[in-house]
Amino acid sequence: MRHLLILGGGTAGTMMANKLAPVLDEQEWQMTIVDISEKHYYQPGFLFVPFGTYSLRDTVKPRRQYLPAGVKVVISGIDHIEPGRKEVVLSDLSTLKYDYLIIATGADIHPEQTEGLLDEEWGKSKFDFYTPRGTERLGQFLKGWQGGKLVVSITEMPIKCPVAPLEFLFLADAYFTKRGMRDKVDLHLVTPLSGAFTKPKASQVLGDFLERKKITVTPDFGLARVDSKEKKLVAWDDTEVGYDLLVSVPTNMGDACIERSGLGNELNFVPTDKETLLADGLENVFVIGDATNLPSSKAGSVTHFQSEILFENFLEHIEGRPMTARFDGHANCFIESGFGKGLLIDFNYLTEPLPGEFPLPGVGPFSLLKESSINHYGKLMFRWTYWNLLLRGIELPIGSAMSMAGKRA
Amino acid sequence: MGTMSVVGKTLALDADGHLANRADWNEDLAREIAAQEGIPLLTPQHWAVINYMRTIFEKEGDAPSIRRLTKESGVDTKTLYQLFPKGPAKRASKIAGLPKPKGCI
Ligand SMILES: Cc1cc2nc3c(=O)[nH]c(=O)nc-3n(C[C@H](O)[C@H](O)[C@H](O)COP(=O)(O)OP(=O)(O)OC[C@H]3O[C@@H](n4cnc5c(N)ncnc54)[C@H](O)[C@@H]3O)c2cc1C
Repeated sequence: MRHLLILGGGTAGTMMANKLAPVLDEQEWQMTIVDISEKHYYQPGFLFVPFGTYSLRDTVKPRRQYLPAGVKVVISGIDHIEPGRKEVVLSDLSTLKYDYLIIATGADIHPEQTEGLLDEEWGKSKFDFYTPRGTERLGQFLKGWQGGKLVVSITEMPIKCPVAPLEFLFLADAYFTKRGMRDKVDLHLVTPLSGAFTKPKASQVLGDFLERKKITVTPDFGLARVDSKEKKLVAWDDTEVGYDLLVSVPTNMGDACIERSGLGNELNFVPTDKETLLADGLENVFVIGDATNLPSSKAGSVTHFQSEILFENFLEHIEGRPMTARFDGHANCFIESGFGKGLLIDFNYLTEPLPGEFPLPGVGPFSLLKESSINHYGKLMFRWTYWNLLLRGIELPIGSAMSMAGKRA
Repeated sequence: MGTMSVVGKTLALDADGHLANRADWNEDLAREIAAQEGIPLLTPQHWAVINYMRTIFEKEGDAPSIRRLTKESGVDTKTLYQLFPKGPAKRASKIAGLPKPKGCI
C-alpha cells in the first residue's frame, strides 16, 4: 500500500484529490487529506460581501461534499512536517506517514506583522476583506457609514489575487454612487508598488481606470506602522497618509506549520521548482497553490493550471519516469470594474497581460485588458465554475499553457 | 523595450527599466544608475546591500525581498529606505544590474 497525503483541502488540495482519485488504484493506494476546518470558503466571493452582492453564506460549502469517496478526510490542525521520516505531525501530536506528500496549505493574512495594525481599532475603523470574519464585519460597517476618506492599503507583496484591492475600489466607487453618496467618499489606494499593478501594460490600463473613477493612488509607499489614534499610515521614510476608514490587505504568509517544519522562506512560502512543482531538496514532496514561493500570481486560476501540471508529473514520478510537464506561470484573472462591467487579463512568467480577445482571436467572447459586460458575467460565472468544474478537477476549455492566440503585443 | 546611454554606449533595458543584460554591469555603471535614481553617492552601506543582492541572485536566480534583506543583510528596514528611497528592493536591484525581484508580483 502506498500512501499519498495531501495537506490542506482548499482549492488546490481538493482539486488534486479529485483528479487523482479516479486514476490511483484503490488496492494499491490510500489517499488522506488533512484540513483544520469542515468549511470550504470560495475566497473570490469575499470581495462581494462588503457591498451586499453576496452574503457570507453564499461563499461557503461543506468541505467533504467536494472530496471524492475513498479519500480519508482528517479534520485537524497540522503541526509540522518531518520530511526525513516521511511523517506529518498533527496538532494532537499523532502522526501520519506518507510515501508522497502534496503541500497545499495556502496563504493567509497577518496584520500582527505591522506595528499598530492589529489593535482595539481592528474591526472598528480598520478592516480586512480577505477573511470570512473580516469581510462580513466590513459589510456591516459600510451599511451605516456616512462617508469620509476610505483608504485601501497593501502592506507588502506578494498577496493573494493581486487585483483584488483594485476591484474593491472599483466596486466601492459603484456602491457609493448607487447609494447617492459618492461625493462624500474619498477613495484612495496606498501601495508599495510603483503603480496600480505588478506588470507594466496592465498597470497603465488599470491606472487609467483608477484616475477616471477619481481614485487617488499613492505608489511606492512602504508601510512602517499604523497610528490608530491619529488615524494615519506612516511609511518608512516618514511620509504619512491619513484615513477615516482603513481597508487593509495585510502581509500574506504561508501557514505557520511550514515555519515549524523549517521549510519556508521569510514569508513561510515553500521553495518550489517553478516548472515541475517539486519541493526544492525534498524527496517525493510536491507543492501547489498559494503555499509555493513561485513567481506566479497567488490565484485560484493559477492553482487550477498548476493542478494539471502536477497531475501529469505526479503520475510520471510515482512510476519512476522523468517528469515532463512544465508549469509556465499561466494566470487568467477577471477583474471587476464596477457598474456591471469587468476586464480580463491572461499572462504567464514571461508574457505580461496584453490586449486582445480571449480565448478565440477576433471572436472572444471575452476581451483582454478592456472593459466589457461579458467579462463581468465571466467573473460571476466563476463561482459556479469553481464549485462545479474547477474543484471537481473537470477540464476547463482553457489550457494550462498560456496561448498567444488573440493577443496583441 | 528601452535603452540607456552611458559614456557613448547604448545599453538595452527590460520592460521594468532594469538592465536587460547582466554582463553589461560594472561598478561605474552602478554609480551612473544610482545617480539617475537620485542617489548621488554610493556609500559602503549601499555597496553592502548591492553586493548582498548580487550574491543571492547568483545563487538563486532572483533578488531578495525587502523582508529578506532586513533579515539577512544586517541593515534594518528604516535604513534600507534611507539608502534606497521609495522601494529598496526595486531600487537596489536596478542599481545592482538585476531584474526587478519576482517577489513583487
Ligand atoms: C479576497 C480574495 C479574492 C480572490 N479573488 C480571486 C479571483 O477572483 N480569482 C482567482 O483565481 N483567485 C482569487 N483569489 C485567490 C484564491 O482564493 C486562492 O489563490 C486559492 O484559494 C488558493 O488555493 P490553495 O489551495 O493554495 O489555498 P486555500 O484554498 O486557501 O487552501 C488552504 C487550506 O489549507 C488549510 N490549512 C492551512 N494550514 C493548515 C494547518 N496548519 N492545519 C490544517 N489545515 C491547514 C486551510 O484550512 C485551507 O482550507 C482570491 C482570494 C481572496 C482572499
